Amino acid sequence: MPVLTAQPFPTSSPPGAAPPNRRPGRRPGGRLAALLVSPTLLVLALVAGYPVLAAFRESLFGKREGLDSSGFVQEGEKFVGLRHYAAVFEGEAGERFWNAFANTTFLTVTTVALETVLGVAMALVMHRAIRGRALVRAGVLVPWAIPTVVSALLWQWIFQADGAANALLGREVLWTTDGFQATVAVIVADTWKTAPFVGLLVLAGLQLIPGEVYEAARIDGAGARQQLIRITLPLIRPVLVVAVLFRLLDALRMFDLPFVLVGPHKQSVETLSMLAFDEAANTRYGPGAAYAVVLFVYVAVVAFVFVRLLGADLLSGDGTGRKTSPRRATTAEGAMA
Amino acid sequence: MRHWLFRACAAGVTALSLTACGTGPGTEDTGGGGGFTGRGPITLATGKDNSGTLTRIAGRWNSSHPKEKVRVIELSDSPDEQRRRMIQNAELKSPEFSVLNLDLVWTAEFAGHRWIDELPKAKFDDATYLEPTLQGASYRGRLYAAPWTSDGGLLYFRSDLLRKANAEPPSTWAQMGDTCKKVLALPEAEGMSCYSGQFEKYEGLTVNFAEMVESAGGSVVDGKGAPTVDSPEALEGLEFFTEAYRSGLIPKKAITFKEEEGRQAFQKGELVFHRQWPYQWSLANAEDGSSKVAGRFSVAPLPGLDGPGVSSLGGHNLAVSSFARNKATALDFVTFMTDVRMQRENLLLGSNAPTAAALYEDEELIAEYPYLPALRKSILSAVPRPRVVRYGDATAAIQDAAYRAMKGEITPEESLAQLQKKLERITKP
Repeated sequence: MPVLTAQPFPTSSPPGAAPPNRRPGRRPGGRLAALLVSPTLLVLALVAGYPVLAAFRESLFGKREGLDSSGFVQEGEKFVGLRHYAAVFEGEAGERFWNAFANTTFLTVTTVALETVLGVAMALVMHRAIRGRALVRAGVLVPWAIPTVVSALLWQWIFQADGAANALLGREVLWTTDGFQATVAVIVADTWKTAPFVGLLVLAGLQLIPGEVYEAARIDGAGARQQLIRITLPLIRPVLVVAVLFRLLDALRMFDLPFVLVGPHKQSVETLSMLAFDEAANTRYGPGAAYAVVLFVYVAVVAFVFVRLLGADLLSGDGTGRKTSPRRATTAEGAMA
Repeated sequence: MRHWLFRACAAGVTALSLTACGTGPGTEDTGGGGGFTGRGPITLATGKDNSGTLTRIAGRWNSSHPKEKVRVIELSDSPDEQRRRMIQNAELKSPEFSVLNLDLVWTAEFAGHRWIDELPKAKFDDATYLEPTLQGASYRGRLYAAPWTSDGGLLYFRSDLLRKANAEPPSTWAQMGDTCKKVLALPEAEGMSCYSGQFEKYEGLTVNFAEMVESAGGSVVDGKGAPTVDSPEALEGLEFFTEAYRSGLIPKKAITFKEEEGRQAFQKGELVFHRQWPYQWSLANAEDGSSKVAGRFSVAPLPGLDGPGVSSLGGHNLAVSSFARNKATALDFVTFMTDVRMQRENLLLGSNAPTAAALYEDEELIAEYPYLPALRKSILSAVPRPRVVRYGDATAAIQDAAYRAMKGEITPEESLAQLQKKLERITKP
């Protein structure tokens, strides 16, 4: 049964079987399971739950404004309700917010699309390469292993006025000045850095596809193109969805690359994280937290929609995981038939 | 999400270990309250001590004060990061940092927030220091930090080319433009540009913009901190530079120049004039082949609209954190570090320009650092950058206005009018 081995997340029930109708609470040993899981939940609550709640609380408070007669800043915090959130969308700050929102979205869509295409291509090459396979894989990993700030400095060097990029192009483009060219510079640097991440995840997926499937396809007369579209892509889909989801979440909170490569306060590459940072760096923690919460909600919504639409196997256990497996089985069987 | 969690954990762990480091053993009095009382170990929070000078000078203090040792805490290389750590320390009211090595532009912010203590003026004699350096350490007429190192802009020029063109170092912008025309006509000057400063969108642009405005007789904010940037003088200053950029006297790539990019260009022989800090002197004079202009340049005070220009004042001051323990020791340490003898050491060991007036007339030092007389003139005419409590917002607004005007996205008139409005909002009491 090659179909079953192709599943990265094998479930206990055979594909197509009716989902067993039992609730977790009634399972024998449920209490023990809850006990065993509780440390994880506790850690999660501490390191993920608490900061989110604390940030939300912070966003409801503001500083007193203005100086007293001898030039001192008034001390103390006061409760301002949702005023920081209203301020995010209003007036000049609102323009800046929507610009950052558009930048974040644009950078995310373009970089993730490019990285996915390049990553899959890299994975296919790495999968095929027989001689020097280990070398190629290690080589591809280098950009991913370099810290983002370092790669940003590296690319800043390439993109400076008399840098390598301009030497290759033979003209003087001022990449790091405010404008569309800065966006291009960030996209290039980000793609270079993170395409290998997608490549490696997809490669892991490729290695799980048994050779027999391809053999059967070849006997049936499927060409390379058909094999790619009808076998490879459907079978790596679950892995690809996870990889893209990770990249989406990562790209939406992009900060260090544009901050270091192009610089702060440049409209063309200012992202939502940079707004939150800017407020906090000027000791306005309340508005900073409000920006962070807005970004958090945006990321959560994108993740939710993405998982719902594409049914990532992230939530396998009940529901989504099982829904995809019969379809996967039919595709593979269809290819063999 | 997972990466985010890891980072949060790592940050948490670092923060914990740092606070753990901060509370050392020993008999210490608790901070807070007025007055400089209590003796015992202290710390000095500073930027990276790349040359090791600071550690050596602090070592002197430690050997003569075994019971009141100072520990040097090196923060990041980046000034923004240093400021962020110091603010964080103050917001937590942590006694971890006793003495702060403050960039003088942060003085107003730190004093206004009561993060640093007012210093007793009696301990710091007015006559010892160059006047502007004392101003840079004061907020609303009160001294909040001890002037330690100073910095002023200098006009570096290619003395070899100026001699060939029979020209004197310029003292006005118009003269500089004329000299450029003569020099650029020389066959040796092919492919060179006239002038550059620091025009990338960062703190350096605020410095350069303030110099444009003040060298033309204008000001960014007045003595009380009210914005005054929308004036005919400021407009003349800004217009000269936007026009120079448009006409190519300033090279197009200059809007990507921070100090280092500009220095590279000057050392490659691409610029006739360069507005730069004193640190470029020894690097551009290096004989190891890294500089094509070694021995072929000199310095002068900055030029202005109708006469000598006005430099932005740079430099670092030492302040005592309001939340420190052992403040009597801290104050003694500050006096020790800013003493004339230690400033001399600091200049000889680390090329850090002093704030003490006497050192600029010391023959021995002038032989070693020939730029000292020019630097003295530059500092004496220098004006601190706008002293605004919300300095972070003010400098961002200034950079935005200057950058867009240089790029030609808006006219200088529009730029100044918009900046005036923004600064009024930022400084609103």
